[in-house]
Amino acid sequence: MHAFQYHRPTSSKEAIGLAGQKAEGRYLAGGQSLVQAMKLRLSSPSDLIDLGTIKELAGVKVSGSAVEIGAMTRHAEVAASAEVKRAIPSLAAMAGMIGDRQVRHMGTIGGSLANNDPAADYPAAVLALNATVTTNKRKIGADQYFKGLYETALEPSELITAVSFQVPKRGAYMKFKNPASRFALVGVFVADFGSGNVRVGVTGAGPSAFRQTEMEKALSAKFAPEAVAAIKVKPDGLNNDLHASPEYRAHLITVMCKRAVEQALK
Amino acid sequence: MTTSLIGARVPRKEDYRFLTGAGQYTDDVALAGQTYAAFVRSPHAHANIRRVSTDKAKRAPGVIAVYTGADLAAAKVGGLPCGWLITDVKGQPMKEPPYPVLAQGKVRHVGERVAVVVAESAAQARDAAELVEVDYQPLPAVASAAKARSSGAIHEIAPDNVCYVWALGDKSAVDAAFAKAAHVTKLEFVNNRLIPNAIEPRAVNAVYSRADDSTTLYVASQNPHVERLLMTAFVLGLPENKVRVVAPDVGGGFGSKIYLYAEDVACTWAARQLARPVKWTADRSEAFLSDAHGRDHLTVAELALDKDGKFLAMRVRTTANLGAYLSTFASCIPTILYATLLAGQYTTPVIYCEVTAVFTNTTPVDAYRGAGRPEATYVVERLVETAAREMKVEPAELRRKNFIRQFPYQTPVALCYDTGNYEATLEAAMKIADVAGFKDRREQSLRRGKLRGLGYACYIEACGIAPSNVAGSLGARAGLYEAGEVRVHPTGTVTVFTGSHAHGQGHETTFAQVVADRLGLGMEQVDIVHGDTSKILFGMGTYGSRSIAVGGTAIVKALDKVIAKGKKIAAHLLEASEGDIEYDKGVFKVAGTDKKKTFGEVAFAAYVPHNYPLDKLEPGLNENAFYDPTNFTFPAGSYVCEVEVDRETGATQIVGFTAVDDFGRVINPMIVEGQVHGGLAQGIGQALTEGCAYDDTGQLITGSLADYCIPRANDLPLFKLDMRETPCTHNPLGVKGCGEAGAIGAPAAVMNAITDALGVKDVPMPATAQNVWRAMHRA
Repeated sequence: MHAFQYHRPTSSKEAIGLAGQKAEGRYLAGGQSLVQAMKLRLSSPSDLIDLGTIKELAGVKVSGSAVEIGAMTRHAEVAASAEVKRAIPSLAAMAGMIGDRQVRHMGTIGGSLANNDPAADYPAAVLALNATVTTNKRKIGADQYFKGLYETALEPSELITAVSFQVPKRGAYMKFKNPASRFALVGVFVADFGSGNVRVGVTGAGPSAFRQTEMEKALSAKFAPEAVAAIKVKPDGLNNDLHASPEYRAHLITVMCKRAVEQALK
Repeated sequence: MTTSLIGARVPRKEDYRFLTGAGQYTDDVALAGQTYAAFVRSPHAHANIRRVSTDKAKRAPGVIAVYTGADLAAAKVGGLPCGWLITDVKGQPMKEPPYPVLAQGKVRHVGERVAVVVAESAAQARDAAELVEVDYQPLPAVASAAKARSSGAIHEIAPDNVCYVWALGDKSAVDAAFAKAAHVTKLEFVNNRLIPNAIEPRAVNAVYSRADDSTTLYVASQNPHVERLLMTAFVLGLPENKVRVVAPDVGGGFGSKIYLYAEDVACTWAARQLARPVKWTADRSEAFLSDAHGRDHLTVAELALDKDGKFLAMRVRTTANLGAYLSTFASCIPTILYATLLAGQYTTPVIYCEVTAVFTNTTPVDAYRGAGRPEATYVVERLVETAAREMKVEPAELRRKNFIRQFPYQTPVALCYDTGNYEATLEAAMKIADVAGFKDRREQSLRRGKLRGLGYACYIEACGIAPSNVAGSLGARAGLYEAGEVRVHPTGTVTVFTGSHAHGQGHETTFAQVVADRLGLGMEQVDIVHGDTSKILFGMGTYGSRSIAVGGTAIVKALDKVIAKGKKIAAHLLEASEGDIEYDKGVFKVAGTDKKKTFGEVAFAAYVPHNYPLDKLEPGLNENAFYDPTNFTFPAGSYVCEVEVDRETGATQIVGFTAVDDFGRVINPMIVEGQVHGGLAQGIGQALTEGCAYDDTGQLITGSLADYCIPRANDLPLFKLDMRETPCTHNPLGVKGCGEAGAIGAPAAVMNAITDALGVKDVPMPATAQNVWRAMHRA
């Protein structure tokens, strides 16, 4: 790890102000990816602006048809939140599947979404649950947020403050884990909003999370496992690595989607 | 003492220290004036070095010195030696290319050391290491054993990248047997390369004393005396009496800490230049790149059978990947520790094995838990199981038909088994695993959409390494005895010094049980000391499941000398003749009388010799012994693995694993079970999750735990263990060794179960979900 300056602002305003001054600075939002990259000397920010003690950025609010989660809410808090469990149980369950116990007590939803790791879990939920990402500047719709491998719609120093998920009628997340890292090799989040409105978010399979529209259409017509079981996903453009070929990932999308629907119907 | 300590589940003496963080590891050793080293490592698998510029690094904050290969060459520091000479099929010695401590004009694998920076802090050393400028001219690289011979030369001395072609067995007899076989089973597979990953990374702290021109090296090592011998005699040319090597608490080794590594030499040499202590501790990334790897065989194996299923012959051709350089014992692993085990538990009358060992642009490969024997067991047990399926015979029945039942048994591949009872472990394993109920379980699984399979592995290993004269005739450049010393204190407590080294095995408990049992003392009266060349008279260290069989026996020999001298002293004190003195449970008695002296009284008399036969006997009670075994020991066992495969994803779960081992006499069953658990975890890791991968340019793809998958607890079933005891016939404890068994037997059992579930001939290891899915879709 290279030397850096550490800052601990107490408000978002102070944090954003610092980020504006430090061109090579980075927000620290749990640090479960950034600190590892710094230890490996793959990332060397001049300044770390730790958001961990900014109270206004953490917490869960449920209002009617939406669940709003503060950017600095830890995965473990989402997983254990009675309000989230009541409103969107599949979202709480998904948060409980992220990383391991240690990661879940440090990692945050804002950090995960700002980083946009291709195998992170939250992006699948954001897409499936048609979430809105709120920043200090604007509101970004789920379909406009993810731009590519580790790329998002965020501008330099723009800060995610909260993420608001729409409450579905039913939903589920199924994750086939990379055996080594336990990230999603393929993760599929299925959300049924009723009246033929089903959204399917896929993570781990491509350079960035995406919606599987063919499956959405099939499930909108009939929300049942057999509706997707025979869909053959094209492997073109899917990730290829030691752990899974594009063909295997394509196959797993169908299997995980089918199982997510089964789970949602339970 | 009323009950024997042999076979008792004595809680580990080490537990308090290790479980409360009181262990003292090499990195914990902090010395006055401490400095820190960081290595500049090659990012290329194969490249010429045009120029190394250290100017910027030398000017960086806190930097004390920067050394390159040129500095070491100027100081005439030698290369790292190989401890085993293999003679090839033509009677020629293997190719032994120089193995420089710091690269000399060329790098041959990613992670090879090019320069070392010494600074006031570890962070400063790392920062400065990034400022060393190396001008590389990349060369084509080769990582796979299969392509090594057709690739450009890595070393001048070996233009075809072949280190040796070696063979064992009667080729013409084997070919003749195959010609008349009723059935031939043939398999071709890769025994996957593994990366050891001890929990404590390698570490060194070297210090030079100007006061007496001595050097002390603290190092995470499995064999401090061997490290000192190699370093002084072959590399640095220092007098052995001026070098002390201490291997303090060591957090696991699995073989990877046997070897003399370049970092050890570089830090020791730098400490002498600077007259300041130099410390280096690997981070996990460096460990992946620089700790010796294991396995990596490409094998074609054939088994010839007659119409009744009797084995007629076995023929094996293996290409072994040695990596870029010859690590300390690299050459003997795919030969002496491999081909000699191909008889397994069976009476196969003739066996021929040919091994081509090649250099590649990869991290050197050497012994890793099992070392050659897992590879041999994999060959034998995959062949036997496949043959049974092809001939439609129950796999257990085919094994029984071919078991060795008469001992001693001379195999056609040099080894002579002293004893064994293979039927006993197989029968027990089948019963515990409920093989009879498997068909029902398979149907239940099918109803849940899962494929269920069952596989066996009946392994044998050669442990208690090794009779020195036999090893010497096969090319060993060292002896393989062990030394022990029993120091009885005046008050009757005992300190025992052993050349064996514990790095997680619990020797301080097991060896103390042996001592306390033999002397009739309490466990608290006995301490075991290991790991310091200034305390231990000599030692060959710990590997090859040799500690209790060889190190333990050396201690027993020394104990017997203590008791013999004690009898002389007791005879004097009791005014009896020496021949009438009996020793039992801590008391010297005159046979048939109530006249006695306790062990403590005799010890006191030896150190306060006021009433003592000084004219005939030296005072004091301190004995040592060296023990050189007359044969290997042959632990064996039967494993039964049961798996369930998810038909949709290929994900495999081990739903049952039974291991029945015969380790001879067991001293502490709790510790032995722990060793089996660990070995099984690593064996299952090889079968299911672990596979070191390089790309075609020689870059390590599995360079971290995010890509290299070590099994976690939830990947493993609750193991069902049992033991059968057929005591070793040639050591006084009747022990055989238990450290490697699990890693030796497990891979074949798991893969036999998976291939059974899928109904396919082979699935490559590791059987990841993707590999299994592919195999299902090929079938």
